[in-house]
Amino acid sequence: MGKKTLYRKLVDSHTVVELDPQNVLLFCDLHLMNECTSPQAFAGLHEQGREVLVPGQNVAVVSHIIPTHPVKNRIIADPASALQASNLKRNCERHGIALFDTNDALQGIEHVVAPELGMIRPGMVVICGDSHTTTYGALGALGFGIGTSEVEHVLATQTLVYRLAEDMRITVDGQLPLGTTAKDLILMIIGQIGAQGARGYVVEFCGTAISALSVEARFTLCNMAVEAGARGALIAPDAVAIDYVLARAPDMTPGILRQAALVHWATLHSDENARFAVEHRFDASTVAPHVTWGTSPDQVVAIDGRIPQPAGNLSTEQALRYTQLQSGAEIAGTPIQHVFIGSCTNARIEDLRAVAEVVRGRHVAAGVRAMVVPGSGAVKAQAEAEGIAALLQSAGFEWRQPGCSMCLAMNDDVLAEGVRCASTTNRNFEGRQGRGAITHLMSPAMAAAAAVTGSITDVRKLEFLS
Amino acid sequence: MTTQTMQIQGRAAALRIANLDTDQIMPKQFLRGIDKAGLAPGLLYDLRFDSQGQVRPDFVLNRPAYAGTRILVAGANFGCGSSREHAVWGLQQFGIQAVIAPSFGEIFYSNAMNNRLLLVMLPEEQIAALMAQAEAGEALTIDVDAMCVRCAAQEMPFALSPRHRRMFMEGLDVIGLSLSYRAEIEAFAQTHWAAQPWVKDVARLTRGAQPNMAR
Repeated sequence: MGKKTLYRKLVDSHTVVELDPQNVLLFCDLHLMNECTSPQAFAGLHEQGREVLVPGQNVAVVSHIIPTHPVKNRIIADPASALQASNLKRNCERHGIALFDTNDALQGIEHVVAPELGMIRPGMVVICGDSHTTTYGALGALGFGIGTSEVEHVLATQTLVYRLAEDMRITVDGQLPLGTTAKDLILMIIGQIGAQGARGYVVEFCGTAISALSVEARFTLCNMAVEAGARGALIAPDAVAIDYVLARAPDMTPGILRQAALVHWATLHSDENARFAVEHRFDASTVAPHVTWGTSPDQVVAIDGRIPQPAGNLSTEQALRYTQLQSGAEIAGTPIQHVFIGSCTNARIEDLRAVAEVVRGRHVAAGVRAMVVPGSGAVKAQAEAEGIAALLQSAGFEWRQPGCSMCLAMNDDVLAEGVRCASTTNRNFEGRQGRGAITHLMSPAMAAAAAVTGSITDVRKLEFLS
Repeated sequence: MTTQTMQIQGRAAALRIANLDTDQIMPKQFLRGIDKAGLAPGLLYDLRFDSQGQVRPDFVLNRPAYAGTRILVAGANFGCGSSREHAVWGLQQFGIQAVIAPSFGEIFYSNAMNNRLLLVMLPEEQIAALMAQAEAGEALTIDVDAMCVRCAAQEMPFALSPRHRRMFMEGLDVIGLSLSYRAEIEAFAQTHWAAQPWVKDVARLTRGAQPNMAR
């Protein structure tokens, strides 16, 4: 038997049929849905008179269109969005699919809810009509985003016609310096390999810096691998990942099932000398806080860096026109008017703790509107129990309800034209947070530093009071 | 199954933008439907219309000479970002039958194939030549039979996997074909769940273990 990468092990162990040299019929262990990319899939299924083949492997979460106003009972005011939510509920009821609905205490962003409830287990194939499904690689599950036609395909067959990807390995050794995070690491990597640097590949992250990351930090890393074009991201599950799953999965209490799972999960790593088509190496100790300056996640600089020269590059020129920044200027000191702490990238409890640590003893700067949208009802409750919510509110932050919110601005959390936002999200695309709004991606700690100073600021230069 | 015409011929527009993401191709405000209809007005909205909703006359697709454009010639990594298939539906509803670019976002690529929107990948130099031709008002022909793009005196061969070529030409019922493996899928699931019982019913079990509480 040949040496296999973790990726190939996961594909092989889920291959129902090899369709041709490039494509397999891939069995999917868990299919997540949202209200926005599933309606036409259900409609197609109904039109063809087809059923959901295995309802118990499917789950839905209202996440994209939901308002985040701090009211007890959430009402979706926009009629079209309300219809998306009620339509999702109807479809789930009709087919016996588990749902986390609008006013469920556990509702949140799908990629925050699924792992925190223990639904994601090492070795699974997890798909969702959402590009950030790569998140689950953090637990050694092969996760990737699909389109609505494929959502319909999964509902009807619990499989996908899956085009095989190539293997890439990104090794990161060394220790991340104080004040830097997995967000800074992935922004740096995307900046170096480019927005299509991993296109066509499933990336396996490894090295001492990766092993040292918490599971939540690994989520951040794998989540944003798609911004380098990756078709998936993986981290071989270690004790840290397995403990995370065991602490959450309701059926994995000590016993025979758990023992069998542990035996299987121990096989989930690339074989020694397995071949990767492409290898990259990075040194974590050189990572500084990173901030995007442009309109693609690869348009990024270290906080002590300067805005680049276009040098005839049309995309750079256009990005600078959009973000209204000057070539050669320092990114630090750029004034911001808005701060958004949220998204499937950075709205988990550790992210909110990092924000609180920076904000403690400080206040949101004058003229800045700062919002925190926790990733889920569970994250929100935890942060409230830890006093984080109270601390942030008294510092001038808005404490909102969970959802995707201003990451893609599908609900009513939309920025006005020309507003500059320090954001813990994943995409700085033109118009993403609102037409003409300018997004600077950064870590939660850096966004907190921007909130309290009113400009893009090196969080390492703030004095820590705690 | 309906057989698609083997040739796409017509006006082409050059979009000299790299990493043109699906957020720009179909902005968020057009994703609120529960059907696929009505997406043509949203296509490339911020590029086609200003913030007051007025037509931006200088944008290529708004220029009279490019009315009825069938082919886009675009920069690398076209369709990157969000998985929204609305981007593909919107392109088609607008009248676009093919996009030619050096590379495409991966999810967008699958979405396009599933809807018979033809995507052609060509090297950067050839894309530059095609953009120049498109801007000079030359029509392009994409010949799927011969697997080449023709423009003026040039012929540019391209590759398309046999599966994607069939999907484009014959409009395969992919789900129907996969369901012909239903017995294999069910047998696979039984073996898979016997070996890894902790993945069986994982969604339903996890939901069931949590009280369905109102906030």
